[in-house]
Amino acid sequence: MNTRFKSFNSPTVLAYALIAPAAIYILAIVAWPLVETIRLSFTNSSLAGEDYIGLENYEKMLGSKKFNKIVIRTFIWMFLSVSLKLIVGLIGAVLLNAKLPGRGMFRVLIMPPWVVPIAIGMLGWLWLYNGYFGIIAGVGMKTGILDGPFGFLAYKQSAFISTIIADVWVGTPMVTIFFLAAMQGVPKDLYEAAYCDGASRWHRFFKITLPQITPVIITMALLSAIWTFNSFEIIWILTEGGPRGATTTLIIDTYKMALGNYKFGKGAARAVVVMILLTIFAAFYMAILLKINKKVSSG
Amino acid sequence: MDKYNLFEKILLYSGILLFMTFILLPFVEMFYASLRPLDHLFRSPYQFFSDDLSFWAYGEMWNTVPMLGRYIFNSFYLASCVTIITILFVIPAAYSYARFNFPGKNSSLYLLLAINMFSGAVLLIPLYKLLRTLGLLNSYQAMIVPGVAFLIPTSIWLLKSYFEKIPIDLEEAAFVDGASRLQILRHIITPLSTPGLVVVSLYIFIGAYAQQFLFAITFNSKKEYMPIPAGLYEFIGYQTIKWNEMMAASLVGIAPVLIIFIFLQKYLVEGLTAGAVKN
Repeated sequence: MNTRFKSFNSPTVLAYALIAPAAIYILAIVAWPLVETIRLSFTNSSLAGEDYIGLENYEKMLGSKKFNKIVIRTFIWMFLSVSLKLIVGLIGAVLLNAKLPGRGMFRVLIMPPWVVPIAIGMLGWLWLYNGYFGIIAGVGMKTGILDGPFGFLAYKQSAFISTIIADVWVGTPMVTIFFLAAMQGVPKDLYEAAYCDGASRWHRFFKITLPQITPVIITMALLSAIWTFNSFEIIWILTEGGPRGATTTLIIDTYKMALGNYKFGKGAARAVVVMILLTIFAAFYMAILLKINKKVSSG
Repeated sequence: MDKYNLFEKILLYSGILLFMTFILLPFVEMFYASLRPLDHLFRSPYQFFSDDLSFWAYGEMWNTVPMLGRYIFNSFYLASCVTIITILFVIPAAYSYARFNFPGKNSSLYLLLAINMFSGAVLLIPLYKLLRTLGLLNSYQAMIVPGVAFLIPTSIWLLKSYFEKIPIDLEEAAFVDGASRLQILRHIITPLSTPGLVVVSLYIFIGAYAQQFLFAITFNSKKEYMPIPAGLYEFIGYQTIKWNEMMAASLVGIAPVLIIFIFLQKYLVEGLTAGAVKN
Protein backbone atom coordinates (compact mmCIF):
# COMPACT_ATOMS: atom_id res chain seq x y z
CA MET A 1 0.00 0.00 0.00
CA ASN A 2 1.44 3.35 -0.96
CA THR A 3 1.43 6.39 1.29
CA ARG A 4 -1.54 8.02 -0.38
CA PHE A 5 -3.73 5.07 0.45
CA LYS A 6 -2.50 4.99 3.99
CA SER A 7 -3.54 8.58 4.40
CA PHE A 8 -6.87 7.66 2.82
CA ASN A 9 -7.62 5.39 5.72
CA SER A 10 -6.44 7.45 8.64
CA PRO A 11 -7.50 11.09 8.51
CA THR A 12 -8.66 11.10 12.09
CA VAL A 13 -9.16 14.84 12.22
CA LEU A 14 -11.56 14.76 9.29
CA ALA A 15 -13.43 11.87 10.88
CA TYR A 16 -13.99 13.88 14.03
CA ALA A 17 -14.86 17.01 12.09
CA LEU A 18 -17.63 15.16 10.24
CA ILE A 19 -19.09 13.87 13.48
CA ALA A 20 -18.69 17.13 15.36
CA PRO A 21 -21.96 18.86 14.33
CA ALA A 22 -24.11 15.91 15.37
CA ALA A 23 -22.05 15.35 18.51
CA ILE A 24 -22.26 18.97 19.61
CA TYR A 25 -25.99 19.04 18.97
CA ILE A 26 -26.55 15.93 21.08
CA LEU A 27 -24.28 17.24 23.82
CA ALA A 28 -26.34 20.43 23.97
CA ILE A 29 -29.83 18.94 23.78
CA VAL A 30 -29.36 15.59 25.52
CA ALA A 31 -26.16 15.50 27.58
CA TRP A 32 -26.38 18.99 29.05
CA PRO A 33 -30.02 18.54 30.18
CA LEU A 34 -29.02 15.27 31.86
CA VAL A 35 -26.37 17.04 33.91
CA GLU A 36 -28.58 20.06 34.50
CA THR A 37 -31.38 17.81 35.75
CA ILE A 38 -29.04 16.38 38.37
CA ARG A 39 -28.05 19.90 39.45
CA LEU A 40 -31.66 21.06 39.61
CA SER A 41 -32.58 18.11 41.80
CA PHE A 42 -30.55 19.72 44.61
CA THR A 43 -32.46 23.00 44.33
CA ASN A 44 -35.99 24.23 44.96
CA SER A 45 -36.14 25.57 41.42
CA SER A 46 -39.51 26.86 40.26
CA LEU A 47 -40.79 29.62 38.02
CA ALA A 48 -39.89 32.06 40.83
CA GLY A 49 -36.19 31.18 40.97
CA GLU A 50 -33.97 28.66 42.68
CA ASP A 51 -31.91 28.07 45.81
CA TYR A 52 -29.60 25.23 46.70
CA ILE A 53 -31.34 23.03 49.25
CA GLY A 54 -29.10 19.96 49.34
CA LEU A 55 -30.82 16.61 49.64
CA GLU A 56 -34.18 17.93 50.77
CA ASN A 57 -36.01 16.92 47.56
CA TYR A 58 -34.66 13.40 47.81
CA GLU A 59 -35.42 13.09 51.52
CA LYS A 60 -39.00 14.21 51.03
CA MET A 61 -39.47 12.06 47.95
CA LEU A 62 -38.03 8.85 49.37
CA GLY A 63 -39.81 9.40 52.66
CA SER A 64 -43.21 9.74 51.06
CA LYS A 65 -45.44 6.68 50.92
CA LYS A 66 -47.03 7.99 47.76
CA PHE A 67 -43.72 7.99 45.90
CA ASN A 68 -42.86 4.46 47.00
CA LYS A 69 -46.24 3.33 45.79
CA ILE A 70 -45.60 4.99 42.44
CA VAL A 71 -42.28 3.16 42.05
CA ILE A 72 -43.86 -0.20 42.85
CA ARG A 73 -46.78 0.56 40.53
CA THR A 74 -44.38 1.49 37.73
CA PHE A 75 -42.60 -1.84 38.01
CA ILE A 76 -45.82 -3.85 38.10
CA TRP A 77 -47.15 -1.93 35.11
CA MET A 78 -43.89 -2.43 33.24
CA PHE A 79 -43.57 -6.11 34.15
CA LEU A 80 -47.11 -6.96 33.06
CA SER A 81 -46.84 -4.96 29.87
CA VAL A 82 -43.45 -6.37 28.84
CA SER A 83 -44.48 -9.96 29.63
CA LEU A 84 -47.63 -9.60 27.58
CA LYS A 85 -45.74 -8.02 24.70
CA LEU A 86 -43.25 -10.88 24.64
CA ILE A 87 -45.92 -13.58 24.89
CA VAL A 88 -48.27 -12.03 22.33
CA GLY A 89 -45.30 -11.14 20.10
CA LEU A 90 -43.93 -14.69 20.25
CA ILE A 91 -47.31 -16.22 19.45
CA GLY A 92 -47.75 -13.70 16.63
CA ALA A 93 -44.30 -14.47 15.22
CA VAL A 94 -44.95 -18.22 15.28
CA LEU A 95 -48.29 -17.72 13.51
CA LEU A 96 -46.84 -15.42 10.86
CA ASN A 97 -43.79 -17.62 10.38
CA ALA A 98 -45.96 -20.55 9.24
CA LYS A 99 -45.73 -21.05 5.49
CA LEU A 100 -49.30 -20.18 4.64
CA PRO A 101 -50.83 -18.18 1.80
CA GLY A 102 -51.27 -14.52 2.77
CA ARG A 103 -48.44 -14.43 5.26
CA GLY A 104 -46.64 -11.59 3.47
CA MET A 105 -49.78 -9.47 3.70
CA PHE A 106 -50.31 -10.25 7.39
CA ARG A 107 -46.76 -9.19 8.15
CA VAL A 108 -47.44 -5.77 6.69
CA LEU A 109 -50.82 -5.49 8.39
CA ILE A 110 -49.41 -5.89 11.89
CA MET A 111 -47.25 -2.78 11.63
CA PRO A 112 -49.75 0.13 11.80
CA PRO A 113 -49.90 0.42 15.62
CA TRP A 114 -46.18 1.01 15.61
CA VAL A 115 -46.14 3.38 12.61
CA VAL A 116 -48.93 5.78 13.49
CA PRO A 117 -48.42 8.49 16.10
CA ILE A 118 -49.15 6.92 19.48
CA ALA A 119 -51.17 9.97 20.51
CA ILE A 120 -53.61 9.49 17.64
CA GLY A 121 -53.84 5.73 18.16
CA MET A 122 -54.85 6.47 21.74
CA LEU A 123 -57.72 8.66 20.56
CA GLY A 124 -59.03 5.49 18.92
CA TRP A 125 -58.58 3.54 22.16
CA LEU A 126 -60.45 6.25 24.07
CA TRP A 127 -63.41 5.52 21.86
CA LEU A 128 -63.03 1.75 22.23
CA TYR A 129 -62.91 2.08 26.02
CA ASN A 130 -65.94 4.39 26.17
CA GLY A 131 -68.17 2.94 28.87
CA TYR A 132 -71.53 3.68 27.26
CA PHE A 133 -70.98 3.64 23.53
CA GLY A 134 -67.67 1.82 23.01
CA ILE A 135 -67.47 -1.53 21.28
CA ILE A 136 -65.75 -3.31 24.18
CA ALA A 137 -68.44 -2.32 26.68
CA GLY A 138 -70.99 -3.13 23.98
CA VAL A 139 -69.73 -6.67 23.44
CA GLY A 140 -69.50 -7.08 27.20
CA MET A 141 -73.12 -6.05 27.67
CA LYS A 142 -74.45 -8.14 24.78
CA THR A 143 -72.66 -11.27 25.99
CA GLY A 144 -73.73 -10.64 29.56
CA ILE A 145 -70.21 -10.25 30.93
CA LEU A 146 -71.13 -6.70 31.91
CA ASP A 147 -74.56 -5.97 33.32
CA GLY A 148 -74.50 -2.33 32.27
CA PRO A 149 -72.29 0.43 30.98
CA PHE A 150 -68.75 0.20 32.29
CA GLY A 151 -66.17 2.98 32.04
CA PHE A 152 -62.94 1.07 31.64
CA LEU A 153 -60.86 4.13 32.39
CA ALA A 154 -62.97 5.30 35.32
CA TYR A 155 -62.05 2.64 37.90
CA LYS A 156 -58.64 2.06 39.41
CA GLN A 157 -58.06 -1.55 38.47
CA SER A 158 -59.70 -1.52 35.08
CA ALA A 159 -57.86 1.68 34.13
CA PHE A 160 -54.58 0.07 35.16
CA ILE A 161 -55.27 -2.96 32.97
CA SER A 162 -56.69 -0.89 30.11
CA THR A 163 -53.57 1.25 29.85
CA ILE A 164 -51.42 -1.89 29.86
CA ILE A 165 -53.45 -3.39 27.02
CA ALA A 166 -53.09 -0.22 24.98
CA ASP A 167 -49.35 -0.25 25.66
CA VAL A 168 -49.13 -3.89 24.56
CA TRP A 169 -50.98 -2.92 21.40
CA VAL A 170 -48.38 -0.27 20.61
CA GLY A 171 -45.38 -2.45 21.44
CA THR A 172 -46.38 -5.82 20.02
CA PRO A 173 -45.71 -5.13 16.30
CA MET A 174 -42.07 -4.30 16.95
CA VAL A 175 -41.55 -7.37 19.13
CA THR A 176 -43.27 -9.61 16.58
CA ILE A 177 -41.14 -8.29 13.73
CA PHE A 178 -37.92 -8.84 15.66
CA PHE A 179 -38.93 -12.38 16.62
CA LEU A 180 -39.90 -13.13 13.03
CA ALA A 181 -36.55 -11.88 11.77
CA ALA A 182 -34.79 -14.02 14.37
CA MET A 183 -36.81 -17.11 13.44
CA GLN A 184 -35.90 -16.64 9.81
CA GLY A 185 -32.25 -16.52 10.79
CA VAL A 186 -32.34 -20.01 12.29
CA PRO A 187 -30.37 -22.33 9.94
CA LYS A 188 -32.77 -24.43 7.85
CA ASP A 189 -30.67 -27.59 8.07
CA LEU A 190 -31.33 -27.80 11.81
CA TYR A 191 -35.02 -28.22 11.06
CA GLU A 192 -34.43 -30.63 8.21
CA ALA A 193 -32.23 -32.85 10.36
CA ALA A 194 -34.80 -32.84 13.16
CA TYR A 195 -37.59 -33.56 10.67
CA CYS A 196 -35.69 -36.55 9.31
CA ASP A 197 -35.30 -37.80 12.87
CA GLY A 198 -39.07 -37.67 13.19
CA ALA A 199 -39.26 -34.75 15.64
CA SER A 200 -42.75 -33.25 15.96
CA ARG A 201 -43.56 -29.61 15.31
CA TRP A 202 -43.78 -28.89 19.04
CA HIS A 203 -40.53 -30.64 19.64
CA ARG A 204 -38.81 -28.66 16.88
CA PHE A 205 -40.16 -25.41 18.26
CA PHE A 206 -38.99 -26.04 21.82
CA LYS A 207 -35.69 -27.75 20.97
CA ILE A 208 -34.58 -25.66 18.00
CA THR A 209 -36.50 -22.40 17.48
CA LEU A 210 -36.76 -21.29 21.07
CA PRO A 211 -33.10 -21.89 22.06
CA GLN A 212 -31.91 -20.33 18.81
CA ILE A 213 -33.86 -17.12 19.25
CA THR A 214 -33.30 -16.80 23.01
CA PRO A 215 -30.69 -14.02 22.59
CA VAL A 216 -33.23 -11.97 20.64
CA ILE A 217 -35.92 -12.65 23.23
CA ILE A 218 -33.64 -11.39 25.99
CA THR A 219 -32.67 -8.34 23.96
CA MET A 220 -36.28 -7.54 23.20
CA ALA A 221 -37.26 -8.03 26.83
CA LEU A 222 -34.77 -5.36 27.86
CA LEU A 223 -35.57 -3.02 24.98
CA SER A 224 -39.30 -3.30 25.67
CA ALA A 225 -38.66 -2.75 29.35
CA ILE A 226 -36.90 0.51 28.51
CA TRP A 227 -39.60 1.64 26.09
CA THR A 228 -42.38 0.67 28.46
CA PHE A 229 -40.71 2.40 31.36
CA ASN A 230 -40.56 5.56 29.24
CA SER A 231 -44.14 5.21 28.07
CA PHE A 232 -45.82 8.56 28.54
CA GLU A 233 -48.35 9.37 25.85
CA ILE A 234 -50.43 6.24 26.30
CA ILE A 235 -51.20 6.85 29.95
CA TRP A 236 -51.36 10.61 29.56
CA ILE A 237 -54.04 10.53 26.88
CA LEU A 238 -56.08 7.68 28.30
CA THR A 239 -56.12 8.65 31.98
CA GLU A 240 -53.60 11.44 32.73
CA GLY A 241 -52.40 9.14 35.51
CA GLY A 242 -55.81 8.73 37.11
CA PRO A 243 -58.31 7.76 38.36
CA ARG A 244 -56.97 8.85 41.76
CA GLY A 245 -53.40 8.11 40.73
CA ALA A 246 -54.07 4.49 39.75
CA THR A 247 -52.07 4.78 36.53
CA THR A 248 -49.48 7.30 37.70
CA THR A 249 -46.12 5.81 36.81
CA LEU A 250 -42.75 7.42 37.50
CA ILE A 251 -42.68 9.19 34.17
CA ILE A 252 -46.18 10.58 34.63
CA ASP A 253 -45.40 11.65 38.20
CA THR A 254 -42.20 13.37 37.06
CA TYR A 255 -44.02 15.20 34.31
CA LYS A 256 -46.87 16.31 36.56
CA MET A 257 -44.54 17.55 39.26
CA ALA A 258 -42.19 19.37 36.94
CA LEU A 259 -44.40 20.70 34.16
CA GLY A 260 -47.87 20.50 35.65
CA ASN A 261 -46.96 22.22 38.91
CA TYR A 262 -43.71 23.88 37.74
CA LYS A 263 -41.82 22.43 40.72
CA PHE A 264 -38.66 21.93 38.68
CA GLY A 265 -36.48 20.90 41.64
CA LYS A 266 -38.84 18.21 42.92
CA GLY A 267 -39.50 17.06 39.37
CA ALA A 268 -35.76 16.88 38.70
CA ALA A 269 -35.25 14.60 41.72
CA ARG A 270 -37.81 12.23 40.24
CA ALA A 271 -36.19 12.49 36.82
CA VAL A 272 -32.88 11.49 38.40
CA VAL A 273 -34.50 8.33 39.78
CA VAL A 274 -35.80 7.60 36.28
CA MET A 275 -32.33 8.22 34.85
CA ILE A 276 -30.67 5.85 37.32
CA LEU A 277 -33.14 3.07 36.60
CA LEU A 278 -32.85 3.60 32.84
CA THR A 279 -29.06 3.50 33.10
CA ILE A 280 -29.29 0.14 34.82
CA PHE A 281 -31.54 -1.25 32.08
CA ALA A 282 -29.33 0.26 29.40
CA ALA A 283 -26.20 -1.25 30.95
CA PHE A 284 -27.80 -4.71 30.88
CA TYR A 285 -28.90 -4.19 27.31
CA MET A 286 -25.46 -3.06 26.17
CA ALA A 287 -23.72 -5.92 27.98
CA ILE A 288 -25.99 -8.45 26.31
CA LEU A 289 -25.69 -6.78 22.92
CA LEU A 290 -21.90 -6.83 23.13
CA LYS A 291 -21.94 -10.47 24.18
CA ILE A 292 -24.21 -11.45 21.29
CA ASN A 293 -22.15 -9.50 18.78
CA LYS A 294 -18.96 -11.13 20.03
CA LYS A 295 -20.53 -14.55 19.60
CA VAL A 296 -21.72 -13.66 16.10
CA SER A 297 -18.34 -12.35 14.99
CA SER A 298 -16.34 -15.22 16.51
CA GLY A 299 -18.72 -18.01 15.50
CA MET B 1 -40.63 -30.62 5.15
CA ASP B 2 -44.07 -31.63 6.26
CA LYS B 3 -47.14 -29.75 5.14
CA TYR B 4 -49.89 -28.52 7.44
CA ASN B 5 -52.99 -30.67 7.51
CA LEU B 6 -56.44 -29.14 7.35
CA PHE B 7 -56.90 -29.08 11.12
CA GLU B 8 -53.58 -27.31 11.63
CA LYS B 9 -54.40 -24.81 8.91
CA ILE B 10 -57.72 -23.94 10.54
CA LEU B 11 -55.97 -23.59 13.88
CA LEU B 12 -53.26 -21.34 12.45
CA TYR B 13 -55.67 -19.13 10.55
CA SER B 14 -57.93 -18.74 13.58
CA GLY B 15 -54.89 -17.73 15.58
CA ILE B 16 -53.88 -15.22 12.92
CA LEU B 17 -57.42 -13.88 12.81
CA LEU B 18 -57.44 -13.34 16.57
CA PHE B 19 -54.02 -11.69 16.50
CA MET B 20 -54.95 -9.40 13.60
CA THR B 21 -58.19 -8.47 15.33
CA PHE B 22 -56.25 -7.22 18.35
CA ILE B 23 -53.88 -5.23 16.14
CA LEU B 24 -56.38 -3.80 13.69
CA LEU B 25 -59.59 -3.45 15.72
CA PRO B 26 -58.87 0.15 16.78
CA PHE B 27 -58.33 1.22 13.17
CA VAL B 28 -61.33 -0.64 11.84
CA GLU B 29 -63.54 0.72 14.59
CA MET B 30 -62.16 4.25 14.10
CA PHE B 31 -63.00 4.05 10.40
CA TYR B 32 -66.41 2.52 11.02
CA ALA B 33 -67.26 5.16 13.63
CA SER B 34 -66.16 7.92 11.23
CA LEU B 35 -68.75 6.73 8.71
CA ARG B 36 -71.71 6.50 11.08
CA PRO B 37 -74.14 9.24 12.05
CA LEU B 38 -73.70 10.57 15.56
CA ASP B 39 -77.05 9.35 16.88
CA HIS B 40 -76.10 5.80 15.90
CA LEU B 41 -72.87 6.09 17.86
CA PHE B 42 -74.58 7.44 20.93
CA ARG B 43 -76.57 4.33 21.65
CA SER B 44 -75.98 2.09 24.57
CA PRO B 45 -75.40 -0.79 24.38
CA TYR B 46 -73.27 -0.56 21.28
CA GLN B 47 -75.15 -0.95 18.05
CA PHE B 48 -73.25 -3.05 15.53
CA PHE B 49 -75.01 -2.11 12.32
CA SER B 50 -75.79 1.19 10.72
CA ASP B 51 -77.58 1.40 7.40
CA ASP B 52 -76.75 4.98 6.51
CA LEU B 53 -72.97 5.09 6.34
CA SER B 54 -71.51 8.19 4.76
CA PHE B 55 -68.42 10.37 4.57
CA TRP B 56 -70.41 13.24 6.08
CA ALA B 57 -68.10 13.51 9.10
CA TYR B 58 -65.11 14.07 6.82
CA GLY B 59 -66.73 17.26 5.56
CA GLU B 60 -68.21 18.41 8.84
CA MET B 61 -65.03 17.99 10.89
CA TRP B 62 -63.50 21.11 9.31
CA ASN B 63 -66.27 23.17 10.93
CA THR B 64 -66.20 21.39 14.28
CA VAL B 65 -62.42 21.62 14.57
CA PRO B 66 -61.94 25.02 12.97
CA MET B 67 -58.15 24.88 12.92
CA LEU B 68 -57.85 21.32 11.65
CA GLY B 69 -56.26 22.42 8.39
CA ARG B 70 -53.71 24.44 10.30
CA TYR B 71 -52.96 21.46 12.60
CA ILE B 72 -52.35 19.22 9.61
CA PHE B 73 -50.10 21.82 8.03
CA ASN B 74 -48.21 22.24 11.32
CA SER B 75 -47.64 18.51 11.61
CA PHE B 76 -46.22 18.38 8.11
CA TYR B 77 -44.19 21.51 8.56
CA LEU B 78 -42.67 20.37 11.87
CA ALA B 79 -41.91 16.88 10.60
CA SER B 80 -40.34 18.26 7.40
CA CYS B 81 -38.12 20.73 9.26
CA VAL B 82 -37.02 18.06 11.71
CA THR B 83 -36.28 15.66 8.84
CA ILE B 84 -34.18 18.13 6.87
CA ILE B 85 -32.16 19.33 9.85
CA THR B 86 -31.62 15.80 11.13
CA ILE B 87 -30.44 14.47 7.78
CA LEU B 88 -27.97 17.35 7.44
CA PHE B 89 -26.42 16.41 10.79
CA VAL B 90 -26.54 12.71 10.06
CA ILE B 91 -25.00 12.44 6.58
CA PRO B 92 -21.46 13.54 7.55
CA ALA B 93 -21.54 11.69 10.86
CA ALA B 94 -22.79 8.42 9.35
CA TYR B 95 -20.21 8.67 6.57
CA SER B 96 -17.46 9.16 9.10
CA TYR B 97 -18.58 6.12 11.08
CA ALA B 98 -18.85 4.03 7.94
CA ARG B 99 -15.45 4.87 6.49
CA PHE B 100 -12.95 5.89 9.15
CA ASN B 101 -11.32 4.24 12.08
CA PHE B 102 -10.65 6.53 14.96
CA PRO B 103 -10.26 6.31 18.72
CA GLY B 104 -13.59 6.19 20.47
CA LYS B 105 -15.52 5.03 17.41
CA ASN B 106 -17.19 1.97 18.88
CA SER B 107 -17.84 3.40 22.29
CA SER B 108 -19.44 6.52 20.84
CA LEU B 109 -21.63 4.38 18.59
CA TYR B 110 -22.92 2.50 21.60
CA LEU B 111 -23.35 5.76 23.46
CA LEU B 112 -25.65 6.85 20.65
CA LEU B 113 -27.76 3.73 21.20
CA ALA B 114 -27.88 4.53 24.90
CA ILE B 115 -29.24 8.02 24.17
CA ASN B 116 -32.22 6.38 22.51
CA MET B 117 -33.13 4.95 25.86
CA PHE B 118 -33.69 8.28 27.52
CA SER B 119 -37.03 9.48 26.40
CA GLY B 120 -37.73 13.14 26.09
CA ALA B 121 -39.72 13.09 29.31
CA VAL B 122 -36.62 12.91 31.51
CA LEU B 123 -34.94 15.86 29.84
CA LEU B 124 -37.92 18.15 29.62
CA ILE B 125 -37.18 20.24 32.71
CA PRO B 126 -33.88 21.83 31.63
CA LEU B 127 -35.13 22.08 28.04
CA TYR B 128 -38.23 23.88 29.23
CA LYS B 129 -36.16 26.31 31.27
CA LEU B 130 -33.72 26.81 28.40
CA LEU B 131 -36.44 27.46 25.84
CA ARG B 132 -38.14 29.83 28.29
CA THR B 133 -34.94 31.78 28.85
CA LEU B 134 -34.35 32.01 25.11
CA GLY B 135 -37.93 33.13 24.59
CA LEU B 136 -38.57 30.17 22.30
CA LEU B 137 -41.56 28.68 24.12
CA ASN B 138 -44.72 28.65 22.02
CA SER B 139 -42.95 28.57 18.67
CA TYR B 140 -42.18 26.01 15.98
CA GLN B 141 -38.54 25.97 17.09
CA ALA B 142 -39.53 24.78 20.55
CA MET B 143 -40.78 21.55 19.00
CA ILE B 144 -38.15 21.23 16.28
CA VAL B 145 -35.01 21.60 18.42
CA PRO B 146 -35.66 18.66 20.80
CA GLY B 147 -37.24 16.64 18.01
CA VAL B 148 -34.01 16.62 16.01
CA ALA B 149 -31.87 15.47 18.92
CA PHE B 150 -33.86 12.32 19.53
CA LEU B 151 -33.79 11.22 15.90
CA ILE B 152 -30.07 11.69 15.27
CA PRO B 153 -28.84 8.50 17.01
CA THR B 154 -30.97 5.90 15.21
CA SER B 155 -30.57 7.73 11.92
CA ILE B 156 -26.77 7.60 12.20
CA TRP B 157 -26.94 3.85 12.73
CA LEU B 158 -29.29 3.34 9.81
CA LEU B 159 -27.44 5.53 7.33
CA LYS B 160 -24.08 4.14 8.40
CA SER B 161 -25.17 0.67 7.33
CA TYR B 162 -26.24 2.04 3.92
CA PHE B 163 -22.91 3.80 3.44
CA GLU B 164 -21.05 0.62 4.33
CA LYS B 165 -22.69 -1.14 1.40
CA ILE B 166 -21.09 1.25 -1.11
CA PRO B 167 -17.83 -0.28 -2.40
CA ILE B 168 -14.82 1.60 -1.09
CA ASP B 169 -12.89 1.09 -4.39
CA LEU B 170 -14.84 3.87 -6.06
CA GLU B 171 -13.78 6.36 -3.46
CA GLU B 172 -10.19 5.21 -3.52
CA ALA B 173 -10.08 5.63 -7.29
CA ALA B 174 -11.44 9.18 -7.01
CA PHE B 175 -9.01 9.91 -4.22
CA VAL B 176 -6.06 8.77 -6.33
CA ASP B 177 -7.37 11.01 -9.13
CA GLY B 178 -7.01 13.94 -6.74
CA ALA B 179 -10.58 14.43 -5.55
CA SER B 180 -10.93 15.86 -2.06
CA ARG B 181 -12.82 14.15 0.72
CA LEU B 182 -15.69 16.57 0.49
CA GLN B 183 -15.87 16.20 -3.27
CA ILE B 184 -16.05 12.44 -2.80
CA LEU B 185 -18.87 12.84 -0.31
CA ARG B 186 -20.78 15.14 -2.62
CA HIS B 187 -20.20 13.58 -6.01
CA ILE B 188 -19.80 9.88 -5.29
CA ILE B 189 -21.28 8.92 -1.97
CA THR B 190 -24.40 11.06 -1.93
CA PRO B 191 -25.70 10.07 -5.38
CA LEU B 192 -24.86 6.39 -4.84
CA SER B 193 -26.60 6.32 -1.52
CA THR B 194 -29.72 8.14 -2.70
CA PRO B 195 -31.99 5.14 -2.15
CA GLY B 196 -30.61 4.76 1.36
CA LEU B 197 -30.95 8.47 2.00
CA VAL B 198 -34.56 8.43 0.88
CA VAL B 199 -35.39 5.51 3.15
CA VAL B 200 -33.63 7.04 6.15
CA SER B 201 -35.27 10.42 5.50
CA LEU B 202 -38.70 8.84 5.41
CA TYR B 203 -37.90 6.90 8.54
CA ILE B 204 -36.98 10.19 10.21
CA PHE B 205 -40.15 11.78 8.87
CA ILE B 206 -42.31 9.04 10.39
CA GLY B 207 -40.45 9.38 13.68
CA ALA B 208 -40.70 13.17 13.62
CA TYR B 209 -44.40 13.00 12.84
CA ALA B 210 -44.99 10.46 15.62
CA GLN B 211 -43.08 12.20 18.42
CA GLN B 212 -44.74 15.60 18.16
CA PHE B 213 -47.26 15.17 20.95
CA LEU B 214 -45.01 15.36 24.01
CA PHE B 215 -43.00 18.34 22.82
CA ALA B 216 -46.13 20.09 21.63
CA ILE B 217 -48.07 19.83 24.90
CA THR B 218 -44.99 20.79 26.92
CA PHE B 219 -43.37 23.57 24.95
CA ASN B 220 -46.25 25.09 23.06
CA SER B 221 -49.64 26.35 24.10
CA LYS B 222 -50.44 28.41 21.02
CA LYS B 223 -53.11 26.90 18.82
CA GLU B 224 -51.62 28.22 15.62
CA TYR B 225 -48.46 26.10 16.09
CA MET B 226 -50.10 22.90 17.31
CA PRO B 227 -49.52 19.66 15.41
CA ILE B 228 -52.53 17.45 14.84
CA PRO B 229 -52.17 15.01 17.79
CA ALA B 230 -52.00 17.89 20.29
CA GLY B 231 -54.77 19.80 18.54
CA LEU B 232 -57.15 16.87 18.61
CA TYR B 233 -56.22 15.96 22.18
CA GLU B 234 -57.02 19.45 23.40
CA PHE B 235 -60.32 19.24 21.63
CA ILE B 236 -61.31 16.09 23.48
CA GLY B 237 -61.23 17.81 26.84
CA TYR B 238 -63.64 20.58 25.93
CA GLN B 239 -67.12 19.41 25.13
CA THR B 240 -69.22 16.38 24.30
CA ILE B 241 -67.10 14.73 21.72
CA LYS B 242 -68.49 14.28 18.25
CA TRP B 243 -66.83 10.90 17.93
CA ASN B 244 -67.50 10.38 14.24
CA GLU B 245 -65.78 13.63 13.35
CA MET B 246 -63.01 13.05 15.88
CA MET B 247 -62.28 9.64 14.41
CA ALA B 248 -62.40 11.04 10.87
CA ALA B 249 -59.91 13.74 11.81
CA SER B 250 -57.69 11.19 13.55
CA LEU B 251 -57.62 9.01 10.46
CA VAL B 252 -56.72 12.01 8.33
CA GLY B 253 -53.88 12.63 10.79
CA ILE B 254 -52.70 9.03 10.48
CA ALA B 255 -52.98 8.82 6.70
CA PRO B 256 -49.65 10.44 5.69
CA VAL B 257 -47.48 8.08 7.72
CA LEU B 258 -49.54 5.05 6.70
CA ILE B 259 -49.09 5.93 3.03
CA ILE B 260 -45.33 6.35 3.43
CA PHE B 261 -45.20 3.11 5.33
CA ILE B 262 -47.08 1.11 2.72
CA PHE B 263 -44.56 2.11 0.06
CA LEU B 264 -41.53 1.53 2.21
CA GLN B 265 -42.49 -1.20 4.63
CA LYS B 266 -39.91 -3.67 3.35
CA TYR B 267 -36.96 -1.31 3.72
CA LEU B 268 -38.08 0.16 7.00
CA VAL B 269 -38.55 -3.18 8.69
CA GLU B 270 -35.22 -4.47 7.35
CA GLY B 271 -33.36 -1.38 8.47
CA LEU B 272 -34.83 -1.39 11.93
CA THR B 273 -34.23 -5.02 12.73
CA ALA B 274 -30.65 -4.61 11.51
CA GLY B 275 -30.02 -1.65 13.76
CA ALA B 276 -31.16 -2.85 17.14
CA VAL B 277 -30.25 -6.49 17.49
CA LYS B 278 -27.24 -7.26 15.36
CA ASN B 279 -24.36 -5.11 14.41
